[in-house]
Amino acid sequence: MARSFVGRTIADMAQALRAGETSAVDLLRDAIAHRDRVDGRINAFLARTDDLAMTQARAADERLAIEGAGAPALCGIPVALKDVLVLDGVATTASSKIIEGFLPPYTGTAVQRLLDQGAVVVGKTNCDEFAMGSSNENSAYGPVGNPWDVERVPGGSSGGSAAAVAAGVVPYSLGSDTGGSIRQPAALTGTVGFKPTYGRVSRYGLIAFASSLDQIGPFTHTVEDAALVYDAIAGHDPLDSTSSPTAMESPLDQLRHGVEGMRLGVPREYFVDGLEPGVRARVEEAIEVLRGLGASVEEVSLPSTDAGLATYYIIAPAECSSNLARFDGVRFGMHVDAASLLRSYLATRGAGFGPEVKRRIMLGTYALSSGYYDAYYRKAQKVRTVIAAEFESVFEKVDALVCPTSPTVAFTQGAREDPLAMYLCDVLTIPVNLAGLPGISVPCGLSDGLPVGLQVIGPRFQDARVLRVAHAYEQASGAAALRSPLVAEAVA
Amino acid sequence: MTLSRDDVAHVALLARLGLSAEELEQYQHQLDAILDAIGKLNEVDTSAVAETAQVGGLVNVWRDDEPRPSIGTERALANAPERDGPYFRVAAIQE
Amino acid sequence: MSAVAAPPREIEGTGYEAVIGLEVHAQLLTRSKMFCACSTAYFEAPPNSNTCPVCLGLPGTLPVMNREAVEKTVLTALALNCEIPPFTKFDRKNYFYPDLPKGYQISQYDLPLSRNGLLAFGVDGREVRCGVTRVHLEEDTGTLKHAGDLIHEAQSSLVDLNRAGVPLMEIVGEPDLRTADEAREYVVRLRQVLMYIGVNDGSMERGSLRCDANVSLRRVGASEYGTKVEIKNMNSFRAVHRALEYEITRQLEVLRSGGTLVQETRGWIETEGRTVSQRSKEQAHDYRYFPEPDLPPLQLDRAYVERVRALLPELPDARQRRFESQYGLSAYDAAQLTTSREESDAYEALVGAGVSAKVAANWITGDVARLANAQHVPVHRSGLGVSGLAALLRMVEAGTINGTTAKELLDELYVSGGDPEALVGERGLGQVSDESALAAIVDEVIAANARAVADFQGGKEQALGSLVGQVMKATRGRADAKLVNKLLRERIGG
Repeated sequence: MARSFVGRTIADMAQALRAGETSAVDLLRDAIAHRDRVDGRINAFLARTDDLAMTQARAADERLAIEGAGAPALCGIPVALKDVLVLDGVATTASSKIIEGFLPPYTGTAVQRLLDQGAVVVGKTNCDEFAMGSSNENSAYGPVGNPWDVERVPGGSSGGSAAAVAAGVVPYSLGSDTGGSIRQPAALTGTVGFKPTYGRVSRYGLIAFASSLDQIGPFTHTVEDAALVYDAIAGHDPLDSTSSPTAMESPLDQLRHGVEGMRLGVPREYFVDGLEPGVRARVEEAIEVLRGLGASVEEVSLPSTDAGLATYYIIAPAECSSNLARFDGVRFGMHVDAASLLRSYLATRGAGFGPEVKRRIMLGTYALSSGYYDAYYRKAQKVRTVIAAEFESVFEKVDALVCPTSPTVAFTQGAREDPLAMYLCDVLTIPVNLAGLPGISVPCGLSDGLPVGLQVIGPRFQDARVLRVAHAYEQASGAAALRSPLVAEAVA
Repeated sequence: MTLSRDDVAHVALLARLGLSAEELEQYQHQLDAILDAIGKLNEVDTSAVAETAQVGGLVNVWRDDEPRPSIGTERALANAPERDGPYFRVAAIQE
Repeated sequence: MSAVAAPPREIEGTGYEAVIGLEVHAQLLTRSKMFCACSTAYFEAPPNSNTCPVCLGLPGTLPVMNREAVEKTVLTALALNCEIPPFTKFDRKNYFYPDLPKGYQISQYDLPLSRNGLLAFGVDGREVRCGVTRVHLEEDTGTLKHAGDLIHEAQSSLVDLNRAGVPLMEIVGEPDLRTADEAREYVVRLRQVLMYIGVNDGSMERGSLRCDANVSLRRVGASEYGTKVEIKNMNSFRAVHRALEYEITRQLEVLRSGGTLVQETRGWIETEGRTVSQRSKEQAHDYRYFPEPDLPPLQLDRAYVERVRALLPELPDARQRRFESQYGLSAYDAAQLTTSREESDAYEALVGAGVSAKVAANWITGDVARLANAQHVPVHRSGLGVSGLAALLRMVEAGTINGTTAKELLDELYVSGGDPEALVGERGLGQVSDESALAAIVDEVIAANARAVADFQGGKEQALGSLVGQVMKATRGRADAKLVNKLLRERIGG
């Protein structure tokens, strides 16, 4: 019996494939078997694309036979995709009832780039409805369980993608990050979660939540793996007008250059009152590791951090209230019959959207409405400028920032029913989206047996630098070895 | 209360969200609390600052005027909840 | 407020004047849609066949601007004397309607592509100067068919998204127009400019050019505007004129009977000759405009604007004045000849090919125009073509053939084409101008038509005509008519 690759990295699998120690088909069978073993408890998967995956795996094996070591890094490697990413012919729900049954007639760019490399798609993952949430409790298809403790949340909105990797079903997955929806679940599940610079990864094919904030990014076990995935999906796309034409350097070039001589900043406002002592301790230890590697560390200040949450909760809902207007029951998705068109709109959208989505749509509609636009939306866009300018000024003194990702470790399901309490989960991640910066969360140990994440933030387009700092920490700390209890359940 | 019940009803109608009386009240309380917290925005001095509508700083992004094949009627209608031949069908508009 | 300040114009004997502003939507003649690569040739395509995920508004799709649409809008703005600001952006206009797939229209709100322009034209011998508030760019919506045609009676409606996403220019005119005549002429002239510069095909029937009006009345000399009524559904120049005349009369009657006017939208019903209220429950739309986050803004610098300005062809007014001076044509003839760019280009090509200005003008506005209308083909696209026509007319001027022969050949060759010179040779259609040959025939005709001769000598001028006719018949229509006349008069006096 072939050994199990559950919980192994992309790099490991890729090497094994080229060494003939396994095949894409075997890796897939492994993944499916483990998925079926654990998903009853974590509910990370919505659509399961086993037949499609098998076709892809067979094709990948053929390609590997021909191209050998020259085949792309992700060829034959199983992957899971957050269900806001569109894949031709595969049911996409955005974890909502309102587009249940929708079969997209096209594939998004980031996903297509993976397919072009020979990726094997194991399924679409559960998430907060339309990517709105911080715990994956807002899904119309049930909550996701954290592989470290299934009674606890994995974080959100990309909870399913995080859990799929943390449980070892797949070595990587794609999620999306608008206010922390990759980084925060990565912190809570002990995985690496990377949000690229805004504009680095095409949004074509990502069901839009907040257009000026959304970015697609990977969940992996290691920083090197994250760099591999980023390499595959990043780069200009003519189908996304906000996609950056700036030339890209591969992060793999400088990944191992270390941090000696680098200046790291620790933003004092990120060590908030609500920061759990265990989280604070792990993060401070991690910063010490970096200091030990030769980086200089100094305290910096981002005075408007406090206003980030308020800014985000005007801008994101405003944009989403418009982005979600297309869900009207006319061309696709759920449709509730009624005597008039108006009643049909009201009934369909009333029944199809969950409470958090409705809250944000209404908040956004209000902020844009006549008489309130200046006080809310325009004001928020100005505060956004202030926040971005503060980062810019801080980056004149330091090369990167290090801080916690989430104020707490994973909390139990149902612990945060008050929307405002839930919004506080993202207070350390939101400013990064407002400024369009690259940010990563990398595991930095456990607190009370639950994972803690270290966040590294860089200036716009310094994605490679962010990965480099995270990689240096990871290698020195041994954090890359961390695996959830569900991984061990896989039979070799 | 910044937000009255009428405000919420008006916003819900603008957004085409059909809400029950119960839901209206529930959302009124929640949204009011959120708007209250959002008041923090006013603490930031933005007098000398312009809005950021786009963080990317890009300008003049456009494509050549070259037509490409469409996806065709069947694919366009494949997900239609209500159709009538090659058309999407909707209920009475009642202007 | 208009910078143009139209002078007050009383509706005779009433003490009121009408204030009219027109809003014209014009589809752009690009090959692909505004934000996706679907073709703009949607008009006769099967329903929903001209669509893609982007213009269907499917989840996850994004818009990408059409460069040519921007250029054509700037070209239009320059043709209308507008200013092009250095910075412009798109905004989302949010509302729910089945012909609007995304639930918002990508349009322009506070920073449009151009503003402060002018369209000047003549009406009843006086000059009208109408300000152009702005020209901006947006995307068109799909179309709806209502079972039974009347929206308020239909049980259901059918949605076709072929037209959704076609580039659309919105041209907003200042309320500087004062009569239905002026309004009609504004639309005629605006359409002419748009067709001249090649940005729109001018079809009001197909809906590629649409016109709405805002009409109000006020006491002559007042500076404030009266209650404004919007008029929609005018699908031709005639409809614009009739609808505005009707509406002005209707408003006048309301005011004079002491009633108050309601600010509303009214639709023109062509078959009934009246406007009806389209008041709906949601009269005040809150469009919640905000800058389009999916599209970076446009920065159109001086160099760009000048490059586009260099693409402007000679505009109708300038061309008309040039024709008057360069070709010695009357204002009337020059206006006729410059109605369309193609026709005026054909005219100039004829003159360039050696036909005299006056002869070319007569034929283009006369027989050629008749044929072009009857055959629905302009001369430059006819089988005969401009070069064939030039050859024909050169023969007329050289006296090789006479006018009758030329007309016959024109009729014959217009659609099918052919070589007029060769045909004249083959069929011996050359004009008979040999005096001695004609003289002999004239003598014969005189001898055979003593009665007509006597009538003519007795004072009936028309009788000469029948004698000329006889000579023409004898020469199978090829006699030089002038010479025949001269020869007859020489012999029978008068």
